[in-house]
Amino acid sequence: MIRIISPGPLTAVQDGGRRGCQSQGYRECGAADMYSLEAANAMVGNDDLQAAALEITISGGVMEFTEPVIFAVTGGDFALTLDGERVPAHGPVYAGAGSRLTIGPAASGLRGCLAVYGGIDVPLLLGSRSTDLTCRLGGYRGRALKKGDEIPVGAYAVRGIRDVEKRRAALAGRNLLKVEADRSRLVPSGLGRFFQGERIRVLRAVKGPQEEYFTEGAHRTFERSVYTITLQSDRMGCRLSGPALETVHGCDIISDGIVGGSVQVSSDGQPIIMQADHQTTGGYAKIATVISADLPALAQLRPGDKVGFRFVSPKEAVMTVRELQAGLLSLKEVYR
Amino acid sequence: MKEITIKPAGDSAVQIFCGGEISEAVGDKVSALTAALRNFFSRGNVAGAGEVVPAFSSLLVRYDPLVTDYEEITFRIGKAAVDLELAAAGESRGKTVEIPVCYGGEFGEDLADVAACNNITEQEVVAIHSGGLYRLYMIGFLPGFPYLGGLDKRICCPRLKSPRTKIPAGAVGIGGEQTGIYPMESPGGWRLIGRTPLTLFDPEGILPLPYKAGDMIKFVAIDKAEYGEIAAAEAKRKEKLRRDKGKEAGR
Repeated sequence: MIRIISPGPLTAVQDGGRRGCQSQGYRECGAADMYSLEAANAMVGNDDLQAAALEITISGGVMEFTEPVIFAVTGGDFALTLDGERVPAHGPVYAGAGSRLTIGPAASGLRGCLAVYGGIDVPLLLGSRSTDLTCRLGGYRGRALKKGDEIPVGAYAVRGIRDVEKRRAALAGRNLLKVEADRSRLVPSGLGRFFQGERIRVLRAVKGPQEEYFTEGAHRTFERSVYTITLQSDRMGCRLSGPALETVHGCDIISDGIVGGSVQVSSDGQPIIMQADHQTTGGYAKIATVISADLPALAQLRPGDKVGFRFVSPKEAVMTVRELQAGLLSLKEVYR
Repeated sequence: MKEITIKPAGDSAVQIFCGGEISEAVGDKVSALTAALRNFFSRGNVAGAGEVVPAFSSLLVRYDPLVTDYEEITFRIGKAAVDLELAAAGESRGKTVEIPVCYGGEFGEDLADVAACNNITEQEVVAIHSGGLYRLYMIGFLPGFPYLGGLDKRICCPRLKSPRTKIPAGAVGIGGEQTGIYPMESPGGWRLIGRTPLTLFDPEGILPLPYKAGDMIKFVAIDKAEYGEIAAAEAKRKEKLRRDKGKEAGR
């Protein structure tokens, strides 16, 4: 069990997302930074890289492990303290029964993933353990974690304590790559770029399903401008502020299905990038779709951070997803 | 199927457009293609093809970019659409789903307003609303929330100026030229005219949704006693399904 002593601003159970029921109106949810979820699961030795974990935001607060666990924290740059001693992030850590983990505020980035060997074991809803914070369902009682919550760890339901100790011994006996050396492979390549003298993230995007709703000038503006992430951003969508995008006949469309990464443009001409908790359908024209390989980087940006866009072909986007997956699989091998 | 346009929706989905309007004809096309593609995919004909999400005039088809890509999925969908045009037309006819509704009183606080807004009686509003047949174009906004077409102009009514913070599950409302059902408790600005005792959304995921896009919805007026009976039967049905599910899991 993980007992929450203090939860941090927003900590909730998330996994690979609730898929296959969008046509019934269920939001996908899942980890906003899917790459960090998969990396954390790889590090603790979970075969299922999308096993449920705790997603933390800005800071992870304090938690107590009532049984021994192997955990890993990935994502933003979080300082971890286990019973008063610093322990490394971005790698597996063994914690004994009764130990307390403090996850300090992120020095950079916004979200983190705390995965445990065996996964977080809350009930499945339609195939997923993700929390839908908007509709208040799934996850742990359909909500963000609070002080005093006790979150079950799957290793105990399935295999018992011996297995955790065995896994610990296996990790100790292995000459794992140095954590520092590993960190370079944890940040998907090509995400941080300098642009017009400002440090911004360039997000690669495929032209959107309503590209023809926008003027030629709007497409140019979209690709050549810098947009700032506003305070109104959350797990549903990242609201941007910057040069307005001009439409030919307005931005209202006949509502259709949307996906994570869809870039909707509302009547004020400002883009909104859909994130994990986005609605299943929407009525605004979509100028672009951010490629899935760049959504993890977006999930780590804070209000005030800046982004730009570069159009790529669907083919290039698919290739990028595959490269990222290959990297994750090799990470999985390292910690197997 | 002719006159469809396929566009990329990123690297894991495509958007298929069947027409530029909300109409029965376009809705029929969406339903036919949805049924055809689901059928085609369920037979394992397209590796990596995923969920089909129908909307008013388009469909979203998800795919696994580790298995297939935009060019391949577009080619396969185009081919499937042509091949299956005739075969699917018959299968795609949606069923008619009856939704019992107890109108007015504590269940439909705004029924009088809707009547006043249209200069007719409450009874007439109920007769018109329950006399209609509504096409379910798409589910969205909330789990199980149906977007229905076909509301009679004589009972349209603008939304509330300030939305309610809490609308109970099962509430049936009118918002502008639309009517619908709130499947779960939520905030909302529609005028509430009644409530259904059916469980449309089950937080445990045990009770399936009674309808899908492409179906026709018929509201059936019931009284308070019937409301209580159906609500009790729903609770029993859920208990039985939960037991069966438990047995299955135990095997």
